[in-house]
Amino acid sequence: MMGGCDLRHSAVLDPKGPIALAERNLLYDAFTVMMIVVIPVIAMALLFAWRYRSSNTQARYTPKWSYSGRIDAVVWLIPALIVVALGVLLWRSTHRLDPYKPIASAVASLEVQVVAQDWKWLFIYPEQGIAVVNQMAFPSGRPVSLKITSDTVMNSFYIPALAGQIYAMAGMQSRLQLLADAPGTFVGRNTQYSGGGFADQQFQAIAMTQADFDAWVAKTRQSADKLDAAAYGKLAERSRRHPVTYYSAVEPNLFDKIIAKSAHDHQAMGK
Amino acid sequence: MFGKLTIEALPLYSAVALTGALVTVGGVLVVAVAITWLGAWRSLWTEWLTSVDHKRIGIMYIVLALVMLMRGFVDAIMMRAQQSMSLNSDGYLPPEHFDQIFSSHGTIMIFFMAMPFLTGLINIIMPLQIGTRDVAFPFLNSVSLWLTSAGAGLIMVSLVIGKFSTAGWTGYPPFSGIEYSPGVGVDYWIWALLISGVGSTLSGINFVVTILKRRAPGMGLMRMTPFTWTALCASLLMVFAFPALTVACVLLALDRLLGMHFFTNAHGGNMMNYPNLFWIWGHPEVYILILPAFGVFSEVVATFSKKRLFGYESLVYATAAIALLSFTVWLHHFFTMGSSANVNAFFGVATMVIAVPTGVKVFNWLLTMYRGRIDFHPAMLWTVGFVATFVIGGMTGVLLAMPPGDFLLHNTTFLVAHFHNMIIPGVLFGYLAGYMYWFPKAFGFALDRKWGARSFWCWVIGFLLAFMPLYALGFKGMPRRMEHYDDPSWQPYLLVASLGAFVVLLGIGCLVMQLYVSIRDRKATADVTGDPWDGRTLEWATSSPPPVYNFAVLPEIRDREPFLDMKERGVAYQRPAAYQDIELPRNSFVGVALGGLAFALGFAVVWHIWWLVVVCGLGMWVVLIARSSDDDTEYRLSAAEVARIEDARYRAMGSRT
Repeated sequence: MMGGCDLRHSAVLDPKGPIALAERNLLYDAFTVMMIVVIPVIAMALLFAWRYRSSNTQARYTPKWSYSGRIDAVVWLIPALIVVALGVLLWRSTHRLDPYKPIASAVASLEVQVVAQDWKWLFIYPEQGIAVVNQMAFPSGRPVSLKITSDTVMNSFYIPALAGQIYAMAGMQSRLQLLADAPGTFVGRNTQYSGGGFADQQFQAIAMTQADFDAWVAKTRQSADKLDAAAYGKLAERSRRHPVTYYSAVEPNLFDKIIAKSAHDHQAMGK
Repeated sequence: MFGKLTIEALPLYSAVALTGALVTVGGVLVVAVAITWLGAWRSLWTEWLTSVDHKRIGIMYIVLALVMLMRGFVDAIMMRAQQSMSLNSDGYLPPEHFDQIFSSHGTIMIFFMAMPFLTGLINIIMPLQIGTRDVAFPFLNSVSLWLTSAGAGLIMVSLVIGKFSTAGWTGYPPFSGIEYSPGVGVDYWIWALLISGVGSTLSGINFVVTILKRRAPGMGLMRMTPFTWTALCASLLMVFAFPALTVACVLLALDRLLGMHFFTNAHGGNMMNYPNLFWIWGHPEVYILILPAFGVFSEVVATFSKKRLFGYESLVYATAAIALLSFTVWLHHFFTMGSSANVNAFFGVATMVIAVPTGVKVFNWLLTMYRGRIDFHPAMLWTVGFVATFVIGGMTGVLLAMPPGDFLLHNTTFLVAHFHNMIIPGVLFGYLAGYMYWFPKAFGFALDRKWGARSFWCWVIGFLLAFMPLYALGFKGMPRRMEHYDDPSWQPYLLVASLGAFVVLLGIGCLVMQLYVSIRDRKATADVTGDPWDGRTLEWATSSPPPVYNFAVLPEIRDREPFLDMKERGVAYQRPAAYQDIELPRNSFVGVALGGLAFALGFAVVWHIWWLVVVCGLGMWVVLIARSSDDDTEYRLSAAEVARIEDARYRAMGSRT
């Protein structure tokens, strides 16, 4: 198969962090359970079609046979049992992998605030007091806790190798947790169509060692650019393929102000 | 005078758009010239366009569906071509043209291909299956047809005048709001959906009343055919679901036209209410589309396995269960919007529960084939092909029903592959099976089997080639709706998908060939008995095509397979002792007039031509009042005339047998 090897190393099937791994394993488990039905159905469709073709007069023919209580019970029960099994799996995994629930870890989470713009991503690091466009660096092995909003239309924040996606919506804050097992560079995107620059709206998610991350923060702090209100206003304008830009300082509470700009009196509907 | 409409609206800015416009205008001109050349304007008007006969209305619905299938498929081919070549390049499409295409493809295929197709099939067949002379409200039926056509017309006009929406077929705000989509595209989309949506709601009401009140004597609910059952459930869903779409569209239109803030970013608007309303319609809509296809499969599998349908009652309960459950799952379309784990888990489980009755139906079809004598008529090929491929889509659907799995695959091409896996094998194969199964009933001659089989093989192979790679690309994290991309490992998959689209194109070519060959050979394949497949259900008891009154004498029903029962009792073609006068509805131009005015009204709103809005609105009101005060809407077909038509049928049958 052309894509067999290629696919084994695809972002979703070969995840690089525990959240995406758990989500992928759930897909595998459900897939396996469903084969109990899928394989027999495909086999029966082809087999019955072949065996009971009209030219095969050897096959039994029972034109009036149309009901069997026993078979009827089986065709209701088997799918029902499978759904019960999958339902339990679903209920548990949905709670376990709730994107709002912080990852349990001995290390404190790194908080990053994410703002979707036309057509780029802004990452604000409140503890470090820095901000970056179209690049998200973080230490591997340390949970990252994301707060996400949008300063434009609805976007969806997605780093397939690390965690599933969540919508970014103006006036609201959504949450996502992720963790990278080892240093590496991963593609992150918007998956919700948002206009002309949508196809290029991607960023690099870079997991690095703690030392590299500290160096990255230090380097960012030396940038001449500062993200004050005026700079933010300019940045929020539409732009395509925006270059990675580092800001050594950020307007205080910028993330909350961006939300408040749209929210007025109605509170973020998430949590 | 012309609102926002200026010469700028013509697509002179791009060769691709101009070609599309010219093809559209050219197509209309060719049809018009052909009708003129045949001198058929008068008969077209008096016998077809103004007809209130459910069979003719049904045929017109399906003609509309097939035309829109071509249009929607051209969009599909254009998207595949663009993605095949747009690795690190802009492809061949001008900027933002791709975005109009994916929006119009989805809109057309759902609203103006699938909806008219199913409404047409139900129209032609359901009244025959329940043994009635027409639907409960024949005039309303004509109004529905022309409102749907008005919506389709708006979509087609957007190709020539102005641009179409780029907000996708779901039109999520705030992107579809006036701030981010200031052009006329979203307005075209809204008004096409609003106008045709009213038509669909009215059709639903019409079908529900017909099925509940107009069944032949002896036909209890549990003696109805499986197709009629699915038609009933789908129609109930139409009645309850479409108003939600109408409300969502009206609110969006108010935001756009009057500066309101239902779904905007600011001033208290809440964009999340839109997906909520949209999918309260949108999920039942999936079952509106697929249930009638399930009904077709149930009919076809029994007829061509020459065997009674297995587990009729289970099938009916499963259908009803699916219809009910379809209203409990809509939130699975936005698991990624940040609901709590409890909410997501509830809707995830509810979604999975639907797999149970669906699974039951699949097993019932398989068990009907079991110990049958299967004739591989094309209709049966579609059915077997459906079962074997549909389970894959069902399986991927369950994967997406698990919220954490959905987080990974939502908005990727995996999702695109999943719903095409439901809608091509599930819905379209079903409709095409119905088209090939019932064609002789509608026209009096059968469709060519060889070209039908060829079409099937092209479609099923093309489908697999086109969509299996999209599942794979979903694993690679490729979002849907990408005009271009920079990951070279995606391209091979996209090229295979394009090949698949090309094979499907061959399948569509075979459909055209089939129609041509069948019309050419219609004398040889004429169906004089009205029963070409040794049918079991009531529609085969009358002639092909049926007379305007369907049944000279309404039949007495004694079995679930009434016509097989009549044949077995030897009373199938018995001539009644006497005929009686029959009351029938008169044709009316009012349906066409309302549709035309609705089209003009929609166009006027899109372009802010307010005086025309007022004129059309008043016009519709005047026409409706005039129609309501017309008491002479029926005529009487005399018993002698009925006897003459029936005698001719018996003579034709006698000369052949």
